[in-house]
Amino acid sequence: MKVSEFEPKIIGFLCNWCSYAGADLAGVSRLQYPSNIRVVRVMCSGRIDPVIPLEVFVKGADGVIILGCHPGDCHYSEGNLYEERKIKMLKKLLALTGVGSDRLELEWVSASEGQRFAQMVTEFTDQIKKLGPSPVSGKNPDLKVLENLQAAKNAASDFRLRVLVGRERELTEKNNVYEEKIPQEEFDAVLDSAVEAEFIRHKIHLLTRDRPLPVKALAEATELKPAEVLKQIVAMRRRNMITMDHVEGTTPFFKALEVG
Amino acid sequence: MNEKDKPRIGVFVCHCGVNIGSIVNVPEVVECAKTLPNVSYAEENLYTCSSEGLSKIKEAIKKHQLNRIVVASCTPRTHEPLFRSACEEAGLNKYLFHMANIREQCSWVHAKEPRKATEKAKETVRMAVAKAALLEPQAEPEIDVQGSAVVIGGGVSGMTAALSLANQQFKVYLIEKEKELGGKLKELYKLYPNDKPSSEILDEYVQSVCSNPNIKVYTSSTVKQIEGFIGNFEASINHEGREQKLNAGTIIVATGADVFKPRGMYCYGENKNVITQLELERLMKENKLGEPKSVVMIQCVGAREEREGGRNYCSRICCAVAVKNALQIKELFPGAEVSILYRDMQTYGKEFEEQYQKARGNFVQFIRYDFENPPEVCTRPDGGLSVKVHDILVNATLELDADLVVLSTPLVQWEDAKELSKLLKVPLGAEGFFLEAHVKLRPVDFATDGIFVCGAAHSPKTIAESIAQAYAAASRAGIPMALGRVRTEAITAFVDEDLCTSCGTCVKLCPYNAIRKDDEGIARVNDVLCKGCGVCAASCPEKAINMRHFSDAQVLAEATAALGGS
Repeated sequence: MKVSEFEPKIIGFLCNWCSYAGADLAGVSRLQYPSNIRVVRVMCSGRIDPVIPLEVFVKGADGVIILGCHPGDCHYSEGNLYEERKIKMLKKLLALTGVGSDRLELEWVSASEGQRFAQMVTEFTDQIKKLGPSPVSGKNPDLKVLENLQAAKNAASDFRLRVLVGRERELTEKNNVYEEKIPQEEFDAVLDSAVEAEFIRHKIHLLTRDRPLPVKALAEATELKPAEVLKQIVAMRRRNMITMDHVEGTTPFFKALEVG
Repeated sequence: MNEKDKPRIGVFVCHCGVNIGSIVNVPEVVECAKTLPNVSYAEENLYTCSSEGLSKIKEAIKKHQLNRIVVASCTPRTHEPLFRSACEEAGLNKYLFHMANIREQCSWVHAKEPRKATEKAKETVRMAVAKAALLEPQAEPEIDVQGSAVVIGGGVSGMTAALSLANQQFKVYLIEKEKELGGKLKELYKLYPNDKPSSEILDEYVQSVCSNPNIKVYTSSTVKQIEGFIGNFEASINHEGREQKLNAGTIIVATGADVFKPRGMYCYGENKNVITQLELERLMKENKLGEPKSVVMIQCVGAREEREGGRNYCSRICCAVAVKNALQIKELFPGAEVSILYRDMQTYGKEFEEQYQKARGNFVQFIRYDFENPPEVCTRPDGGLSVKVHDILVNATLELDADLVVLSTPLVQWEDAKELSKLLKVPLGAEGFFLEAHVKLRPVDFATDGIFVCGAAHSPKTIAESIAQAYAAASRAGIPMALGRVRTEAITAFVDEDLCTSCGTCVKLCPYNAIRKDDEGIARVNDVLCKGCGVCAASCPEKAINMRHFSDAQVLAEATAALGGS
């Protein structure tokens, strides 16, 4: 498809107090911008649970943009800063799915920045047009990417990533009871490995949901070394995510357990 | 779901005269709406917000037994309350209403693409209908409001607000951190524009405040903690070293502002004859000015800096203050030469321009300099001062001798305001001043209910402006206290206690301390404190928290409806 023909489907989540008002101001100022964006008003950008954009991508969006108040202007004090942490994690997850992290952006637009709103929407629409259609939008979605998105959605719904992101600012910005603060780089390293591990675990979980599979088959499906898959399976067994179903010859077959 | 609860949605698509109708094909949008799931009725209106349009909504609710209403028109930020009350009048809970913005975010911004605008309008209606189908009636909790107020700050703003509330028969606790009431007014010489000594006004104020039986003054006192919410605040103050608890229905912030000390600029701090305008006022008041022969004033010192993180704002009052003080010096010492070096003169207020003209008539010299090329002050070997300035109006560099240089510096927020803003959970703006909920619609309210702002705490202002704003804040604070009851936000968080695992993440995240763990460790949301931002719901590790009126399902339904989902 040529870039000029492609009309991307873009969902915008706008906070009520700054960005939505900024979008209204763009209207009052009669600024013209591409019509691809569909706006959902929420009270605060911080309302956007990472699962929401993931589900929107599953349903075929080509891009998602979240707009909140500038730091310091949040109507709810710091909802936007918490969103920043969630989106940082979500971009890492999206990169693993094959959808790519560039299809999701978080930007700040104040109530007085009609011009900036129009510019943000124009730039983001161009960005998505250049990227082309999402691998899961349209009539023939890439089933592998779709499954990756599902795994990412499950990982984003699960306790570990949510608690890490929910506590990030507290851990990295405030002293704990021992008067210690975790350096940002250290936290980022922990988060990076957690995102990767959780994504793989939930992928294995999805793959073994309908039928038991051996490590070798899982390694092929996830394009990982068998040793890595086994390592994750051990962790998953501890968390009651998976169990050994049966053994064929000397090969154990694993099957997902219902989570939650 | 029984038949009665099944969504029956009515869709009203507005032409808004030609605003929407000339771009978007409204009849096509109506026809499209009729085909959407759960839509029982759809029509178009020339102006849905007209009394005729509103009666049509009310009639249709009765005639077609509609239990959800969608209006596709302008922005909910201005018109939602109007349509909501129409729904209420027809017996429908106002939270069963949803709006599709097809004007500000559609016809006006895609005016050259009518086809695309029509498609977007259709999808926007489809999204609104998808959310409307999931809407639920909500109740706004009602709470009692105590008839007492805490006013923080005993300057002219705080005293005015306190008096105004006291005269409405409310009990007022007036908190002042210094030993005496009066704030910055105490230090001023004569006031603009009528040349009245500040003490005349101050004495009258202090006397009225101290003799008013409804006002209890706490000097040498600071606020240590604020608990509670509109109607039932509990302020802990440190009063002369002892802790005291005060109960109040509302709070007014009137903490004023400090004056910027321009250390290291224009020899300030190095030469004792370089002073600020406030220091000049003090000297004149205490009759210690000496007999200056030549005074040079420099405007915009440390203000309008035009740099990242600087004091980029205009402090507004300094031009008038300089003009006033120039005239006072001329009156005290008619022979003295007074020059005002300025970037732009802004004597904007009532009778201010007249004072500026009077100053010109009285041979006060006005010399315009450029931001890029500011004046230079140096101490001459004989100890006197010399000011070099490039006058951009005559394009010449002048050297002025001065025995006094007066720097006009901006009002700045107090250092401890950050702490107060955290205690009250109200924001400071980019310049550090307290930030109102809306510059035009709610200029003295904070976004947090029951807390109001006035005076220089909000932005630099004159005494007259501070007094006017203090009256405004007092009258706003008086409304819930006079009613004795208030309805609070229905958009709040709620916890599924079966899913909560007591991790406490939400307790830490909530900006309003609205979530506490109960005796069993389950997170409990205080509906009155909760403002409905949804940060807790979006972060709860167990997904045990959801939002009223913005539930995960509702937000997702609206978003995915645009993608062909439903």
